[in-house]
Amino acid sequence: MAEVQFRFRDDEMVGDPGVTVGAFGEQSNAAAVRLEPGDEARDLLPHLSRLRLIEINFPVYGDGRGYTAARVLREAGYTGELRAVGDVLVDQLAFMRRCGFDAFAPEVPLDPADAQAALDRYPEVYQPAADGRVAIWAKRHADVQGG
Amino acid sequence: MYKYDTYDQAMVDARVEEFRDQVRRRIDGHLSEDQFKPLRLMNGLYLQLHAYMLRVAVPYGTLSGAQMHALGDIADKYDRGYGHFTTRQNIQYNWIKLDEAPNILADLAKVEMHAIQTSGNCIRNTSSDQYAGAAADEVTDPRPYAELIRQWSTFHPEFCYLPRKFKIAVIASETDRAAMRLHDIGVQIVRGEGGELGAAFYVGGGMGRTPMIGPLIKAFVPLDQFITYAEACLRVYNRHGRRDNKYKARIKILVHELGKEEYTRQVEAEFAHLLSQNIEPPTAELERIKAQFADPAFETGLSEELDRSDPDFALWVDNNCVTHKASGYIAVTISLKPIGGIPGDASADQMRLMAALAAQYSFDELRVTHAQNIVLAHVRKDQLYALWQALDEAGLGTANLDLVGDIIACPGLDYCSLANARSIPVAQKIGQRLAAKEQQIGELKLKISGCINACGHHHAGHIGILGVDRKGTENYQLLLGGCEGADTSLGQITGPGFDEDGIVDAVEKATEVYLSTREGNERFLDTYRRIGMAPFKEALYG
Ligand code: SF4
Repeated sequence: MAEVQFRFRDDEMVGDPGVTVGAFGEQSNAAAVRLEPGDEARDLLPHLSRLRLIEINFPVYGDGRGYTAARVLREAGYTGELRAVGDVLVDQLAFMRRCGFDAFAPEVPLDPADAQAALDRYPEVYQPAADGRVAIWAKRHADVQGG
Repeated sequence: MYKYDTYDQAMVDARVEEFRDQVRRRIDGHLSEDQFKPLRLMNGLYLQLHAYMLRVAVPYGTLSGAQMHALGDIADKYDRGYGHFTTRQNIQYNWIKLDEAPNILADLAKVEMHAIQTSGNCIRNTSSDQYAGAAADEVTDPRPYAELIRQWSTFHPEFCYLPRKFKIAVIASETDRAAMRLHDIGVQIVRGEGGELGAAFYVGGGMGRTPMIGPLIKAFVPLDQFITYAEACLRVYNRHGRRDNKYKARIKILVHELGKEEYTRQVEAEFAHLLSQNIEPPTAELERIKAQFADPAFETGLSEELDRSDPDFALWVDNNCVTHKASGYIAVTISLKPIGGIPGDASADQMRLMAALAAQYSFDELRVTHAQNIVLAHVRKDQLYALWQALDEAGLGTANLDLVGDIIACPGLDYCSLANARSIPVAQKIGQRLAAKEQQIGELKLKISGCINACGHHHAGHIGILGVDRKGTENYQLLLGGCEGADTSLGQITGPGFDEDGIVDAVEKATEVYLSTREGNERFLDTYRRIGMAPFKEALYG
């Protein structure tokens, strides 16, 4: 299994690798699960309180289902670690962060300087997502947002 | 038209630097071509048969004079002195060098332009009605909604790796001039029962190898939930669209396979959830954008009269100009289809001239149409003759809008690495062959694609031509009866295909059948709909 190369949280890492969604359903004490692109993230919603790690696998970078899975989990209030694993490349990092991923275990380790540059690239965002960044439209109309 | 503020400018400037960095990593070997490909594609940079091609976004087809001027300068500086306007209301440059591409993006950013999301499996440039703001039949200008979509979809973190590319069109009149129902999402801004504006959503239209007309899935979305509804449509697609087969990956297949009812049910469930997520821009943002699309200061008390004593001018007016909502004004289409020319091509000088004429005669604004022409939307009738003379002198006065010479053609095998056959020479030959008869034939929309991807919209042509590969030689199928707009229909294949000269003959024969059987004021399409395919088949193969 690939190493976690970037992690944006301070709590202790879960030692166990995530089990498959199928195994998770039967193992009522597992705290880590691994979602494949075809898995339904919403199946995990009843169990979020006991989950500390959800790995979302990207077998190929072009399969973008994991972005939706991540946001759905964050929107449902999941606060544990959300780790992108697999074919994770430099230029996907910023999108993944925005969708709520806070840890990355790329199959092929990334150049840290390139990764940092990619994460810092855009000063603003056009839409709210799962990372709490304030959308440009909200800044434009800060006075009419009413808090 | 829309002007960037410091936020918008910061985003495109950051993109230029990002792409510069990506190109540097490619050139110094940090990125393999495989890794670089999706990145350059997100910047509209394709590797074609002979060189790189750069596709520049023209949001909803609207340009300022300064922007058009800059496009001309780029054609001179980085290409071979011309550019190609596309059916997506964009412009493409066909002879680009990789190491110069970041500089082109920097030049574009100076005039508030970019190539963001002009390719790749993401939300592409939004298209719209080329007569927006001028058409008498619109309920409002559709472009503020398209601009709202542009901003929402730009670098949308969830939707940059969709199953397939995603195209949205926004219109605001009953007459559909943007082929709205042949888009992944077609939005029509409509008035509700109380007179308030809202958005009708058509989802799952498209061309390509399985053309489909998008069904209406929601008749009225209130404008303060517009983006939220679009987000719901996209999320269901991103989650459930097919990824096992590239040819079945467009949203039209998902909507078709799930059925419109089930797709709509899933969208509604997601929509209900997303309403709690506060992702909708405030109405103040829409108002801010709308203010920038306010009508220009039209003069009042102008004469409606036109001096038609010059017959060439009168012919051009009849063919290329349409009624404007303000009295004394008219909307003008500049044809980029000279007889025997390459459809949609303009030289750098022509671009700069159009820019200057826009400044002089049309409130400094132009539009690119999906039929690959340019519109000056707000021209005073008492200045029309002077405008026409300037256009005509520059080879831009062809009087053939919607006639058989106004051919839509994709780049085809002359440039495109996916092509089966050439499109451009076929268009040139047909244009030459039928030039003398085109006024007599009247409205006839002819569309050519060099392969099944249908960039030339051949399914939607009254006459469509599709390039196919037959045992290693270029072959052309003929389709009849396609149409976009309110009465959208898909063309039917006549029968066995033709070689390059054969297809030119076949098109001529089809027009002869029409001319000999039309009744009254029937257009080609009307005659075809009345008499059906049989008489055409008889003439072609009998
Ligand atoms: S229709 Fe085919 S040949 Fe023509 S531009 Fe599109 S992909 Fe290329």
